Amino acid sequence: MHYILPQNIVIDRVEVDTTGVEERVARLNTRSIKKESKMEGLLMALSMMDLTTLEGKDSEGKVKQLCYKAAHLHDAFPGLPTVAAVCVYPTLVATAVKALAGTGINVASVSTAFPSGQGPMSVKIDDTKFAVENGADEVDMVISRGRFFMGDYNFVFDEIAAVKEACGNAHLKVILETGELETLENVRLASDIAMAAGADFIKTSTGKVQPAATLPVTLVMLQAIRDHYYKTGKMIGMKPAGGIATSKLALQYLVMVKETLGAAWLTKDYFRFGASSLANDVLMQIASQQTGVYQSIDYFSKD
Amino acid sequence: MTKKKTTNTKAPAIDFNGKWDYAPAPESTSHIHLEKQYGHFINGKFVKPSNGKYFATINPATEAKIAEIADGSAADVDAAVKAARTAYDKVWSKMPAAERGKYIYRIARILQERAREFAVIESMDGGKSIRESRDIDVPLAAAHFFYYAGWADKLEYLMAGKKPKSLGVAGQIIPWNFPLLMAAWKIAPALAAGNTVVLKPAETTSLTALKLAEVIRDAGLPPGVVNIVTGAGATGAAIVSHPGIDKIAFTGSTDVGKLIQKAIAGTNKKLTLELGGKAANIIFEDAAIDQAVEGIVNGIFFNQGHVCCAGSRLFVQEGVADEVIRKLKDRMETLIVGDPLDKNTDIGAINSKEQLATINKFLKIGKDEGAEIYQPQCAIPSKGYWCRPTLFLNVSQSHRIVQEEIFGPVLAVQTFRTVDEVIEKANNTPYGLSAGVWTDKGSKIFKVSQKLRAGVIWANTYNKFDPTSPFGGYKESGFGREGGLHGLLPYLKFE
Repeated sequence: MHYILPQNIVIDRVEVDTTGVEERVARLNTRSIKKESKMEGLLMALSMMDLTTLEGKDSEGKVKQLCYKAAHLHDAFPGLPTVAAVCVYPTLVATAVKALAGTGINVASVSTAFPSGQGPMSVKIDDTKFAVENGADEVDMVISRGRFFMGDYNFVFDEIAAVKEACGNAHLKVILETGELETLENVRLASDIAMAAGADFIKTSTGKVQPAATLPVTLVMLQAIRDHYYKTGKMIGMKPAGGIATSKLALQYLVMVKETLGAAWLTKDYFRFGASSLANDVLMQIASQQTGVYQSIDYFSKD
Repeated sequence: MTKKKTTNTKAPAIDFNGKWDYAPAPESTSHIHLEKQYGHFINGKFVKPSNGKYFATINPATEAKIAEIADGSAADVDAAVKAARTAYDKVWSKMPAAERGKYIYRIARILQERAREFAVIESMDGGKSIRESRDIDVPLAAAHFFYYAGWADKLEYLMAGKKPKSLGVAGQIIPWNFPLLMAAWKIAPALAAGNTVVLKPAETTSLTALKLAEVIRDAGLPPGVVNIVTGAGATGAAIVSHPGIDKIAFTGSTDVGKLIQKAIAGTNKKLTLELGGKAANIIFEDAAIDQAVEGIVNGIFFNQGHVCCAGSRLFVQEGVADEVIRKLKDRMETLIVGDPLDKNTDIGAINSKEQLATINKFLKIGKDEGAEIYQPQCAIPSKGYWCRPTLFLNVSQSHRIVQEEIFGPVLAVQTFRTVDEVIEKANNTPYGLSAGVWTDKGSKIFKVSQKLRAGVIWANTYNKFDPTSPFGGYKESGFGREGGLHGLLPYLKFE
């Protein structure tokens, strides 16, 4: 079975066996990452992070503090990378752009009536254009889950394509909100539609719905990216977001990327973590690798 | 209807190497205890072999000697059988069944407590990866003891209206591919049914059976209930032909199984044989392909392919063949071959020099037959016995590598168009131990599996084992079942 999308794009329906996916995840999780490969993985995780604040109560001050943290993760340890991006609401993009000037760190903005996506198309396009005009390098949009469940895949496709156009040169990450999609087959189908419609990245979650990112969902999305690559030659990025709070879990995600997509995807250009509290846990692990002891969380800044 | 999936050949194959390699993560060996020399375990004690002869057991990953193992003679076997008979007559057959169960539970619990030690020794002696010995072999062995311990006092519910009686002394001969697990498969049901045991492990992998003897001793089993005699083929032959044995249970090659059947013809000995296999693993185009590829890997590369039920013949429906082969090759690139004690190793060492020679012989046969060979270019250690995971493409039912059991990480791949065609080819083998069916369509699973002549059929999974499930073959894969309540029947007579 297949679906014919606008522009005569054909995508196959892909069967996904949940038990098999969970088994593969369990096996990947048996990989033991020690010593230098652990340190390398932790540094990689830091460099791939989208440090995120998406609260109604976010202020300019909070965003400035977060931006400083993004560029100065833990100055007591020289040689640490910066994170990849800071992710904020559109109204705070300008603040972040100013605070991050010269750091090489990107500004990502959520858009399209984030997190529910329950707004008219015109608002979503304006939302996106506002973020880009304020200097966002990356846009994290949400798909219309209601339309997806109605089977209106053309609408979902068209909406992504329109937002992509509104993005101009900004990179587009498409949030599937997998916690609402119910089945791994839906996750796969939504991934395929998003990539066909022009996504530069596909992303699991807004962080506002539980469950957010999970390893099984991420595996299915990585496999979709791999199949898209073999079909089109185009590399799409992956961003699990929400619920990734520990170094151990971050390393498990990186193992999954390495063994599903290979070395080329192990950079911030093709893989990101959307997280708010992960950075300090990774820093604590790096400290313990360097000093042999775990330090109190109070030695690491919370911004 | 077949659909041809297109792939863009312009996209270069994904490179799985070159960045972020895993540092060695060796399992510690400091907690294990091994003697330099092991005697037989007879009548509750370790005893020296009567002829004073020993042979070395080798670590197949390093070729280093681990310990010396007693070479069992006919006299040793005789002593073991006599001890088993005495224990049967005087103690074990008279003990209340619930008491027997308690002893078996005790074995299970001690085995669990010492799981790490058993896993490490199993990997050192047999070459299998620590991931498998830790996560599969040892826990499953304990689970078999737990399961059959529960049956000990419930045997009268096996067959309504019939009274079960134990047989006497069971002679059990086990292979080298799952040394501890096969010992558990054999000993647990025999004891639960009220028999006593003389067991011979394979000569390349005696250590965990001897460590199990320690567990049995520590569990306080009455002397002679379980006896373990080590040695090679001649020792096994002495067990088979010993007149004091009431039942033979053998797991191993079909050739040896046939010899055993001849040897005991005309005697009263009961027999179960679990022999070779050449299982069909069938991927239909409506399968969940990525999970099926994982199932292919688990089917043939589990335990270096040293698995009688390995899915060694792959049948892929034409419409998805290109996709399946590409994904399988990519997956094989990520398999790590090497030190069995490294926690990241996927494929450990080939069990012995002899088995490596057998596998290499078949690799040569396959190439000479014109099959297209594919192996990932993974690094392998310079010392020890190793074989890269291997595919043979473009083969037919007439190729020897499709017909004969290789017992290594070697997969023969064919494509098919129709359901009838694949059923005919799957059944076109002297073996009939197992098969795999992969489709998202439930009705197809039932339709196909009813027509496959194999004792075990997995649907949308492969190489899954559980003590509650019977296991055994059709045709030259043997007869009799192990596991589940069926596994008790060969150790009982009903009156």
